[in-house]
Amino acid sequence: MTTIAVRSPTENLKSKFTHYWSLTKPLQSGLLLATGLAGYMSARCPVLNIGTILGLTGSLFLAIAGSTVLNMWWDRDIDARMGRTKKRATSKGLVNENEVLRVGLILSVLGVGWAVAMDTLYGLIVFAGLFFDVVIYSMWLKRRTAWSIVWGGVSGAMPILAGRALGLGAMDWIGAMLALGILFWIPTHTLTFSMKFVKDYADACVPTFPSTYGLAVTRVTIAVSSMLAALAMIVAGYGIGMAWGFLRLLGVLSAGLLILAIAMTFRPSERVNFGLFKYASIYMLAAMILVVLEVM
Amino acid sequence: MKMSPLDRALLLLTGILAAYQVAVGINGFDTLPVIAYTIAFGVLLVAGLLLIIWGFDVLDSPVVAIVSTVIPLSLSLGLVWEHLASFRTPYLLFAILGFAVVIFTRSAPIPAENRMPTIVIVIVHGIAGIVIFLLPIVISARGQVGPAFALVGIGGALIGLGGLLLSFLKTGRPILSRGTILKVLPGLLLLMTVCFVAGFKYG
Repeated sequence: MTTIAVRSPTENLKSKFTHYWSLTKPLQSGLLLATGLAGYMSARCPVLNIGTILGLTGSLFLAIAGSTVLNMWWDRDIDARMGRTKKRATSKGLVNENEVLRVGLILSVLGVGWAVAMDTLYGLIVFAGLFFDVVIYSMWLKRRTAWSIVWGGVSGAMPILAGRALGLGAMDWIGAMLALGILFWIPTHTLTFSMKFVKDYADACVPTFPSTYGLAVTRVTIAVSSMLAALAMIVAGYGIGMAWGFLRLLGVLSAGLLILAIAMTFRPSERVNFGLFKYASIYMLAAMILVVLEVM
Repeated sequence: MKMSPLDRALLLLTGILAAYQVAVGINGFDTLPVIAYTIAFGVLLVAGLLLIIWGFDVLDSPVVAIVSTVIPLSLSLGLVWEHLASFRTPYLLFAILGFAVVIFTRSAPIPAENRMPTIVIVIVHGIAGIVIFLLPIVISARGQVGPAFALVGIGGALIGLGGLLLSFLKTGRPILSRGTILKVLPGLLLLMTVCFVAGFKYG
């Protein structure tokens, strides 16, 4: 006699939540959310306004999570062909694809709607980020050109720009510089990643810098991009009015990023590649913490 | 040897303390000591993060000998510049030349049996280590600074101990097993950094 395992509704719900939670890429979304909060606080507005902070956190998280879920839905076919992503719930068919689309749309509409209700300019920038990420990057360019990462970078830079615009009520050069810092940081992150998984992307026929221009050009691109990211963050820090000691610390962390990027250009290895990939994330998180601490 | 979560936590704390020292702990000093201490604690911070990312295997890299020279040399330079005014220029020259010679002997194609790279490291580390160990203790004993500044000297002794353990590890003749050395290293680095930060703050 065979026994069929029957799940209770609670277990079903829990399992579904776990699948959808993983589809929002919590770590990546969390880091982008952190940039949005740092951008808001960099405006030196009254940051202890609980309503605004909750609204910013909620709307940004919903919009970022929504766009990530929509990307997962769109890329489910190529994700299933890549070793790194074939275990995703969308690739393995653990969730209904129409349901994923609906969830992604609902999260996105809720996030953007909430953002627009809070402030029109803020909402517009949040919408731009979602549009660049889902439509321009994923749907239009990702399978066509290695340069799609630029648009992925632009969308990644939107949360910090949106946060600052919300705090300031306008856009300024410091917001643009913070956004440039993220824009130039993203290739450091994604190109080291595409070098590590170059075969995966080739299997899925997704053009990347390593497969299109070769490893040497990709390494130089990463080094230049890291240098520009560090420069933009330091200039932004100066513009915010960061204390000299905090700027010193930002300089130290930036130097670490540059040294790793240079090491990867001239002494490339799997270890240095992995180190740069991880360090780049720590660098950006630390830079955001410094911006927040500065205004606390 | 695999790094445990406790090792990672200790290294992270070391990094945070070093970051505090760069951002806050050295405000108000002259320009050169600020640069020297920023380099010393900055290298400690970045090295701690990279150790967390790469694990203990990275200690086998030949670059470690060069990087680990930067910390005592720049720290001792800052101390001499602040507290031994008459030795400023000679010590600055020693620090620059010492570092240059360490880089040269560690990157030039020198035969393995040649002991020059080891001798250079021993001299440069030795002098810098003695300065970091003795100078804070002597000037705090004389009352030129607060008694707590002697903690910087204790930090100097710990950095010397750490350097000694690492160099024995690299020469393949460890006085302790590799496992034991790597087990105590994160705690030793944290204790050393605590001594430096507390010494500078309360001394």
